[in-house]
This record gives sequence, structure tokens and C-alpha cells, in this order.
Amino acid sequence: MALLEIRNLSVEFETVSGAFRAVDGIDISVDRGDLMAIVGESGSGKSVSMLAVMGLLPWTATITADRMEFNGHDLRTLSGRARRKIIGRDLSMIFQEPMSSLNPCFTVGYQIRETLRLHTSLDRKARQTRAIELMEQVGIPAPEKRLSAFPHQMSGGMSQRAMIAMALACEPKLLIADEPTTALDVTIQAQILELLTDLQDRTGMALILITHDMGVVAETVKRVAVQYAGQKVEEQQVEALFDDPHHPYTAALLSALPERSQDRFLPTIPGVVPGQFDRPQGCLFSPRCQFADARCRAVQPQKASAELGYALCHYPLLHGEPQGKEASA
Amino acid sequence: MSDTILTAENLTRHYSVKGGLMRPDATVRALDGASFSLRPGSTLAVVGESGCGKSTLARVVTMIEPATSGRLTIGGKEIGPNGAKGDRDLRAMVQIVFQDPYGSLNPRQTIGQTLMEPLLLNRPEIGKADREKRAREMLLMVGLRNEHFDRYPHMFSGGQRQRVAVARALMLDPKILVLDEPVSALDLSIQSQILNLLVDLQERLDLAYLFISHDLSVVSHFADELMVMYLGRPVETGPLKDVYAHPRHPYTRALFSATPVADPRRKRNRIKLEGELPSPMAVPPGCPFNPRCWKATDECRQSFPEYTGGRHSYACFHPLAKDELPRAETQA
Repeated sequence: MALLEIRNLSVEFETVSGAFRAVDGIDISVDRGDLMAIVGESGSGKSVSMLAVMGLLPWTATITADRMEFNGHDLRTLSGRARRKIIGRDLSMIFQEPMSSLNPCFTVGYQIRETLRLHTSLDRKARQTRAIELMEQVGIPAPEKRLSAFPHQMSGGMSQRAMIAMALACEPKLLIADEPTTALDVTIQAQILELLTDLQDRTGMALILITHDMGVVAETVKRVAVQYAGQKVEEQQVEALFDDPHHPYTAALLSALPERSQDRFLPTIPGVVPGQFDRPQGCLFSPRCQFADARCRAVQPQKASAELGYALCHYPLLHGEPQGKEASA
Repeated sequence: MSDTILTAENLTRHYSVKGGLMRPDATVRALDGASFSLRPGSTLAVVGESGCGKSTLARVVTMIEPATSGRLTIGGKEIGPNGAKGDRDLRAMVQIVFQDPYGSLNPRQTIGQTLMEPLLLNRPEIGKADREKRAREMLLMVGLRNEHFDRYPHMFSGGQRQRVAVARALMLDPKILVLDEPVSALDLSIQSQILNLLVDLQERLDLAYLFISHDLSVVSHFADELMVMYLGRPVETGPLKDVYAHPRHPYTRALFSATPVADPRRKRNRIKLEGELPSPMAVPPGCPFNPRCWKATDECRQSFPEYTGGRHSYACFHPLAKDELPRAETQA
């Protein structure tokens, strides 16, 4: 059985101007030891869907799902108390901004030991030993000294390592990393990504990496889910995705990468991601899609087969050519 | 070269930081000896990590701040300690586009007002009707529409706002455009639109770009020349192709290898740099890269190497040979 199993997850926010659907019918399934990425631009619902799993959304959000299970627990009906037992122990998350996710009033050591105090039966001394061990594991030099440092005394890369140490304190079964390196410099990014994949390899935990950087995706994960405007539009193994994207959005996104272009002018995707008020009728990508026709603009597409990467498209691409178009025309 | 529009020699900018009770006064060497030149119609990209002095360089070149020492010549005029004060032609010559299109536009001004303001301040002799005409023409030039003239910034998306920021920078007909991370706040699908716009404008107006970025994939697409900076100093400068084909400075090599490439099949041999970027307040003596460098020797710890090589110049005692396999790489 999968470690994390989500079927048809939707999240709606109550706003002054009506309901806004940030996540729209997403399926995610993660096995033990899995290494996957969720990619998408801002507003694609990638962070919100994971925050829903963690139960960290504000009260204005309404979460609906057909299934939402983690390690045998039904996350939809779990009480707050029971959820807090799982989060931080079996399921943990690291966030984009290491500087603002750490509590500035407490030392890093205190914050790491707090996790251990709540979730393990270790005594004070054992917690300290474990904290040092964790700091070593994430590559912080002089861990004994660093444990008594406050967050403002550490650099961005160091803080992110401390966050990772905290998330790993109880050896979680699943780690969700939400843009863990976006705020960091490339040489530090390389260190952090290496650290995450290394830990995943060694401890066998599953890792979901949320990112918008195709380069990071290509170098880090095995499986990729692409999201657009709250929907999952495609899911494939990483090599297959880069070789032969099946959804026109994925294809357009990949061709817009500067390093893939030979020409001085880049191929572009016209228009912008739809917002709250301009959500199109049929396929959400249809106003920006070069292959769209009347059917795309009127009818919502269904998921394609696994061979076509579950592309949410009427005419999924195969080697750049839309399929099934003639038959319907 | 006769057709250079900007020449910088040994440009330096230091800030002094007042000490506290327990702390002595200190000097931040934000920019420490940068030499380069800009030519019309070409792009010099400046790359480096945070604290390397990229943004300070932008401030000095746009004359927002004077250089502490060194020479800056723009359009044949040498810039004195007063910068562009009282010289509106000089001010019009260099304009800047900032990273964050949400923060750099005044939310209480319409797009039209935003575009006309530079003219109002620097070209008061231009009449109102003419001013508006020029602003409307500029809107079309950057791919916006006439009806956008009376709208406010909040009604626009990030990409459109960045177009407005570019339009504003072009209102005074500059020769040099400083682009400080112009696309790093934008989504990938929007990023390519703005990059295309910049390429198009450069070809049409023969602009010189100083393109500041930390994203090597954008830079490699866009630039003609590349300057790699580390802790306030350029460590390697040269034509983009040459630097890519054969990086001589270990830091350049490490930076290239750390940049993720969107190709899952590419063989990864990342150079794993040890340690963190030192604080610009305590730059290590000698070559600033020596504590993280796998080739560092005593020499590196004592003095900063001279720049060698002609157009492709670098500052390193132990430049990399072509296809040299660094020790750090073989270990990983």
C-alpha cells in the first residue's frame, strides 16, 4: 500500500469576492522511498496541496477529497491531537524561507530538542546527543557550538540545514520540501540538494520536492508531477518527461527554458496563468495552448492513459504531435 | 576601443560600518576593483552569489552612489565625486530596471504618470501633449496596449509590470540599461517573454546592457560577455563562449557545475564546495576564494593574483587547464 494516497483533493478558499479553487481534483500517490517532484508556476496550487496534507491551512480553506491517507491514517477525519502525533514524527516539512521559519527567540538547539521531547521518549542527555548527531548529519561544522546559536547568527544555508535537521529528527517516513533552495545561492543549493537525496538514499524515506526550477527537477528526482492552475496536468518519470512531454503545457514550459533554445528569441507561452475571475470554461490551459480548438475551450478534458503521462488534455502530445485530433474533427 | 560607451577602471566602493560598544569600526569592501567596458548593442552579464557586489556595481554604474576610488567614464565623460548631479544628459544616459516589479512601481501613479515622470523631471522643455504622445508610443514598443495608459500597477501581472518598468527606463532614450535581476521574480513562462522583449529592444535601439543575474541558464542565453564576481572582485571576465568553453578560475568552474541543468541524462559531476560564503565584512586575505578552493596554496592566502590573459582575463595563481579534472570532482 502506498505511504501517501490522495484521490481527488480540492481546496477552496473563502475570499471576499467569492470562493477560489486553489487546488482542483489532484491525485497523488507516494510509496516508501519514493523521490518525486511537484513542479508548477506560482498559483499552480503546489504548496497549498501539500499544506492541506500537513493540515496547516487556515480556517478559510475548505478541503475535500475522496481519499487522503497517510500510513494508514485517514487525514480527513484525524483530530488535531492525533495529527500532531504524526506530524513532526512520521511526516515533516521544510519551507522555502529558512530565516522566517525558525523561531528567532529560541536557540537552534532548543528548537531541535523540542521535536525530540514531543515525539520520543529520550531523556535530556540523549536528546542533546541526538541533536549533535543530527547537526553533524546535515553537515554543520562544530555542532556543539552551533546548537546554542540563535537563528539570526546563522547564514541562510546554515539555517536551512538546521531546518532539515529538525525535520529529520524523528526519521520521518515522508519529507515534504517546499522550495527548499529557492532563497539560497547556487553553490549552497547544490550542497542542500545533495544532502536531501543522500539522506533519502540512506534512510529510505520518501521525499516530495516542490519546486519551479526544471534544472533542480532534472538533477534530483525520479518522478515528476506537473501542475497548472490547481490541476495536475501530467505525471511521468523524469527522463520520459524531458524527452517526450505529453501535455502541451509541459512541452511549452520545457521549450521556454533558455538553455534549451538555440535561437536568440525564446519560444514563449502567450498570456498568463488564469486567476480567480478569468478561469476558462473547458481546459484551463486552452487560452494559451497552440493546439487548442473549440472542443478544448468548451469541454473539460479527462486524464489520458499512463503511457501518455495521465495528461489532462483532449489531444495529448506524442513526440510533439497532438493525438486523436483528426478523429474528432 | 573607440565605440565603447562605458569604461570602468578599478572601480571600488567601500562602506564604513560604525562599530558598537564591543565592536571596532569596520569597512565593507562591497566592490573591490572592477574593470570592464560596455559597447552599444552588446550585453555584459555579471554573475555571482549574494554578497559578491553585483548590486553595488549597479548602483555605482547608475551613479546612484559615487565610487570610493577608480575611474568611471560614460559616453566620454569622466564621472566625478558628484556623480550625475546637475548633469541631466548624463543621468539620462544610464537607466535601471529593478528585480521586483511589484516594489519598483508607485501604486498611486497610473502607468501613464509613471512613464511621463522621467520626462517631467529631466526634460521640462517638452510640452504636455508631446510627453503623453511619447509615453503612449513607448507602451506599444514594450508590447502593452494603449488602453493600459490610465490603469494602475495593481491591475497588471508581474510580467506586464516588468514591461512597464522597462518602458519607464527607456523614456529618456538611454544608451545603457542596467538590468538588476530583471526576470528572477517572474515565472518561467513569463520570463521568456521579457527576455525576448529585451533582445528585441537591444536590436532596435542599439542599447548596451549590464545584465546582473545569478541565473546562469538565463545569462548563457542572453549575454555576449561574462563577468564572474566573488566577494566584491571580478575573478574572471571574457567573451561568454570562451569562459563557458574553458573556465580558468576554480570558482567559475564550481559555479557552472553547481548550476542545475534541465537534462536528467546529463552526467553530473558537481564540484562540492566546502564551507559558506564569508561575510563581506571579513574578506579573507589574499584571494578571497582561497578558503573554499581545492587548489589553494600559501601564495593564495597571502596576495591577490594579478589579472592575466587578454580579453578573457582571470585572477588566479593556479588557473585550470582545459578539461582538468579537479580533485574535488574525482572525490565526489
